Amino acid sequence: MRKLFDFHGGIHPPENKHQSVRTGIATAGIPDELVLPLAQHIGAPSAPLVEAGERVLKGQMLAEAAGTVSVPLHAPTSGTIIAIEERKIAHPSGHSAPCVVLRSDGKDEWVEHHPIADYKSTEKQQLLQCIRDAGIAGLGGAGFPTAVKLAVGPSKPIDTLIINGTECEPYITADDILMRERADAIIEGTLILAHILAPDKILIGVEDNKPEAYSTLQAAASGSAIEVVSFPTKYPSGGEKQLIEILTGKQVPSGGLPADIGIVCQNVGSAAAVHDAVILGQPLISRIVTVTGNAVREPQNFHALLGTPMHFLLEQAGYEADKNQRLIMGGPMMGFTVPSADVPIVKTTNCILAPTADELPVNPPPQPCIRCGMCAEACPASLLPQQLFWFAQGKEFEKAEQHNLFDCIECGACSYVCPSNIPLVQYYRAAKAEVIQLRQDAEKSEHSRLRFEARQARKEREAAEKEAKRAARKKAAEEKARLAAEAGSAEEDPIQAAIERAKAKKAAQVAGSANESQLEKLEKAVVTTRKRLDTATTKLEAARAEGADHADALQLGVDKTRAKLEAAEKALQDYQQANGTPQAAAADATDAAQAAIQKAMAARDAEANKSPQDKARDALAKLEARLAKSEARLQAGREAGEEEKIMIALEATVERLREKVAAARDQAQETEQC
Amino acid sequence: MALMRITSPHAHGPQKTSWVMQQVLLATVPGLIVLTHFFGFGTLINVLWASILALAFEALALKLRKRPIGFYLGDYSALVTAVLLGIALPPYSPWWLITVGMASSILLAKHLYGGLGYNPFNPAMVGYVVLLISFPVQMTSWAPPRGAGELPGLMEALQACFTPGNYDGVTMATPLDVLKQNNSLLVEDLWQANPQFGRWAGVGWEWANIAFLAGGLWLLYQRIFTWHAPVAMLATLTLMAALFYDGGSSASGGSPLFHLLSGATMFGAFFIVTDPVSSAVSVRGRLIYGALIGILIYLIRVFGNYPDAVAFAVLIMNLAAPFIDQYTQPRTYGHVKSGGGD
Repeated sequence: MRKLFDFHGGIHPPENKHQSVRTGIATAGIPDELVLPLAQHIGAPSAPLVEAGERVLKGQMLAEAAGTVSVPLHAPTSGTIIAIEERKIAHPSGHSAPCVVLRSDGKDEWVEHHPIADYKSTEKQQLLQCIRDAGIAGLGGAGFPTAVKLAVGPSKPIDTLIINGTECEPYITADDILMRERADAIIEGTLILAHILAPDKILIGVEDNKPEAYSTLQAAASGSAIEVVSFPTKYPSGGEKQLIEILTGKQVPSGGLPADIGIVCQNVGSAAAVHDAVILGQPLISRIVTVTGNAVREPQNFHALLGTPMHFLLEQAGYEADKNQRLIMGGPMMGFTVPSADVPIVKTTNCILAPTADELPVNPPPQPCIRCGMCAEACPASLLPQQLFWFAQGKEFEKAEQHNLFDCIECGACSYVCPSNIPLVQYYRAAKAEVIQLRQDAEKSEHSRLRFEARQARKEREAAEKEAKRAARKKAAEEKARLAAEAGSAEEDPIQAAIERAKAKKAAQVAGSANESQLEKLEKAVVTTRKRLDTATTKLEAARAEGADHADALQLGVDKTRAKLEAAEKALQDYQQANGTPQAAAADATDAAQAAIQKAMAARDAEANKSPQDKARDALAKLEARLAKSEARLQAGREAGEEEKIMIALEATVERLREKVAAARDQAQETEQC
Repeated sequence: MALMRITSPHAHGPQKTSWVMQQVLLATVPGLIVLTHFFGFGTLINVLWASILALAFEALALKLRKRPIGFYLGDYSALVTAVLLGIALPPYSPWWLITVGMASSILLAKHLYGGLGYNPFNPAMVGYVVLLISFPVQMTSWAPPRGAGELPGLMEALQACFTPGNYDGVTMATPLDVLKQNNSLLVEDLWQANPQFGRWAGVGWEWANIAFLAGGLWLLYQRIFTWHAPVAMLATLTLMAALFYDGGSSASGGSPLFHLLSGATMFGAFFIVTDPVSSAVSVRGRLIYGALIGILIYLIRVFGNYPDAVAFAVLIMNLAAPFIDQYTQPRTYGHVKSGGGD
């Protein structure tokens, strides 16, 4: 005996399964008109391959899979496509959806079958393609494409394959009867799935309220590696997560997939469909549907073609429409009401439940929640439904998420036990929808905030650059005027003048550096240094003549300037020698200017393409370089024993740059976090 | 006929809030019978008068709040509050005392906070504490049990309630009181000196506690609540009593058995601590909630100024319940750690 585990909570609603298993599977026959929704599975709707007026054969592909998570759709019988249009379908929203409408010709003429004779010697990929082409999507009710579930990468080795024959929802017996009547197909299909996944263990889980199905399966599985496991009946043990816990004791990580813990779970119906696809070469065009409830006289299971209108089956089961209050697709716990009996059977239709008003009465108005905790005891996900309800009602979505709202599987156990008749699941559905909406909105607004900020920063930078250029031009002009005036007056403070000149030089450099070639720079350096030497010499002479006490200092300055001039002249000479004649140098200069323009344009383009993070990072790097330069200058000044005023100015510059670097660093970090 | 569109689940279990409340009312019956047997009709009259007031106040509050009166009266919650307060009050309480108590319970503690399900404090205990603080004399005078004095008849009991001026009842200190006042006798001698101590914990009291325990076990069997809070409360109360028993010296706080069967212990454990609205919600939360109530009951009984402590202990922990909830979220399926906290 396999060791079984229990899951938290669960309920025991009246099973009501006996009514529909008194007879075997009945064949529903072929209705005149079949309506086939393009979306009968989770994922992208399939894309039609046929047009209205076309004749199709049974099993012919009508629509192909659109994308990875999608499955194709096949003709359930031969006939003529009369339209591809919006029709009412079985969906909780009650909306219409695009459907292929097929008028049957009664001949039921098959396309050619392409079975795979020996699946054991067939490539895994080919088998997956075969399952995908057969249009198989989880027949248990979720409708997830089976091939996608089976195509787990080598990074996730599968250790256990679980076939779900639990069918824990009250009333539904489609899987039960399938296990009784087609056990061999289920076992064969399971072996094919096992061949694809190569698991260590193959388990088929059946609740102990289906002893006949269990023993039939066990007989069919004898001699194979398949282990059929029976376990106590409790709703919702057929939930994938719950079944995995029952059979393995493991829990699927929140937000993860069973494959993350080495498990793949498939429904018995899907296993049988895989058998049909591989061994018989038949696509999924029909399924077993339970038709039950007190509003039908003869509850039973039908083998029905996909696209069959619900009323076609209901009438065969003795439907009493006047007694029927709501028509449910699925079971009483998780099924949804359909807008009319005209909607078609799809791949996920396991049951049509037509209860009377006495059978499933409408809930009386809800009373206040007294936090009795019965819901928490029943919750299979170990949530606190009463707290979630409180948060959902108060729209405290953050707290609801903190209480793991999204781990709710909407099984309805909490609503079932609630003594105050509160429609708890409805609150959770609404809260989930609202949280998702809020997340999308937040994402959108964050996106536009970043865009706005980037634009704002660009505008500010442009304005600052303009302003800097303007200020530099102004200063240069002023300095020129001053120099002109100064030429005569030696009285002016030489230190002040030196600072001003230095500033002017810098400003001029900033303004003109972009278009200045190396040669021009050198020539300019020579000219300005010479000019400075002249002025300094003049001043020195004047000071000597007056016998001023700063004459020594001025002498030092003159010597220094002379040294600089010599260095500058030498540099110019070197450059000229290296680059040929001055004419050639001039040509170079134009080229260099051209290059500089191109470089500037490239830089601008790069700037425009940069992300905010990169921009912030670049700004930071630039500032840091400037800071390093100023610090070096300050250090040099200190060593050279520059005058106090100059030192103060240099220190102030360094300080200011440090602040800017710090600010830029913050900015960079912020953008990086965004 | 158009088909109805309703969301799942379509099936519903048989449980009803009114049924839950009815079970609670039913479970008080053994305790009421024992109290009446030992202390006379006083408690029954308390309960009846409180019930009439509860329905009247509830209807008034619902009318003022513009809620459907019949629908909400049908949940029986007001009656439960009335019965619980009626049992907690001393027998032969005057009508006005009960009236003030019920007004505090229903209007102040329940409807001012939004009615059933929204009250942070147990309404019956709020009513009780309001009275205990406002009218300490009336609230601490218990009738002597059968055997220690003559029990008043039904007419006298009615008189005591509705024309309290004409009623001259005898009162007697409760065993808890006597033990608290004791500072010279060994516990054994104290038992000898005071006939009202009975076999374990006081004549009448011990049987009333056993009867409420029986009612509580019935509710447990009916799955009205889980065992966690009451068992945790009784366990810590026992533990505290054992720690401070002191071998029965004159400074002893009383034996564990004495504390379990005295005063409102069992009534509190199964009818007050289990009030779902004002208690913690998770299993771990209810364990902590009950355990702290047990400790508080002992501390207030032995070291505090009031003879019994269930009401204060419960109200203090009502205050702490949301905090406990915050830190005791259970581990959800598929999560490694339990949630909650920051």
